[in-house]
Amino acid sequence: MEHTLESLAEEQHVGGGRKEIYRVTIVLTVLTILELALGFFMMTMPYESIGRDFVRGVIIILMLAKAFYIVGYFMHLKHEIRNMIMTVVVPLFLFVWFIIAFLSDGNSFRNNKNKWDRDHKERSKEQMPVKEENTHELK
Amino acid sequence: MATTATTPRMWNGGRSPFNLEYGKLMMWYFLMSDAFTFGAFLIAYGTTRFATNGWPNPNKVFDAAPFIGHGFPLVYVSFMTFVLIISSVTMVLAVHEGHKMNRRGVVTYLILTIIGGLIFLGSQAWEWTHLFHEGAWWGRNPFPNYDGTVSTTNFTNFFFTITGFHGFHVFSGVVINTIMLIMTLRGTFDKRGHYLMIEKAGLYWHFVDLVWVFVFTCFYLL
Repeated sequence: MEHTLESLAEEQHVGGGRKEIYRVTIVLTVLTILELALGFFMMTMPYESIGRDFVRGVIIILMLAKAFYIVGYFMHLKHEIRNMIMTVVVPLFLFVWFIIAFLSDGNSFRNNKNKWDRDHKERSKEQMPVKEENTHELK
Repeated sequence: MATTATTPRMWNGGRSPFNLEYGKLMMWYFLMSDAFTFGAFLIAYGTTRFATNGWPNPNKVFDAAPFIGHGFPLVYVSFMTFVLIISSVTMVLAVHEGHKMNRRGVVTYLILTIIGGLIFLGSQAWEWTHLFHEGAWWGRNPFPNYDGTVSTTNFTNFFFTITGFHGFHVFSGVVINTIMLIMTLRGTFDKRGHYLMIEKAGLYWHFVDLVWVFVFTCFYLL
């Protein structure tokens, strides 16, 4: 029993190595800096605009790239056996349906409410009474 | 002859066809189920945001950092993100040293990983305290929408619930890593002849980092 586990630990030592770790670290850092740069760039655009939505899309793609590098290299999934990868990755494709279905549902809920409930639409134009913000002392 | 019990081509136990130790494989399936939990939280947040007219501007809400004060959006959260990424790197290095059966190396990198986790937890505690003093909490939202209109408490509810759930994962990760550190110091893994346990703790820690990538993007950037 002990012996098989040892040999398993030996065999799993595929890929990896310090070079790969440092390379992935640099990739993750660059991706994060890019995301932040886009975040700062986005602040110059109007809150609801096509340009801002486009930048949001780019940020989501960068986010997925980061996820790929963390799972693939740090969690070593890329170096596992193909069948094992499939048992983990295939169920996650449910998220494709999950995201599309729920976000479009939320969107149509808002549109219907704005269309049929005039009162709701008017109320969402009310200005919020300005409370004294940012007054508490920072330590 | 017609009632042969064994079919020769089928796997009859023994060596795993996935070439993975049992505990590690189960850690993967636990993490997959945890991914669905976090995914469900984040999609609920997205659905609510899509169903609401207007939403507070994160760059106005999360614009404070210790020592420098207000008016610096994204600064503190980028610090937190980098801390978590670097602690993930030190965790990979700990696993790497474990492959080489180098106890000292594992101890060094585990300590660094734990410190990273504690810095992250401390930062989150600071941010929560700050927001609380601004009047934000579950059921209370002092921040107006980006256009100054009345906002909903869903904003703060989702923020505290999801970052809280993630923070709890970070906390459990720090506890697990501390237990791993104690076991390494006592030489448990040297006696066993392998450091597979560090790999399992590592998987969990990377997952915590992975979830933060999504939480950070969804709450602070989008």
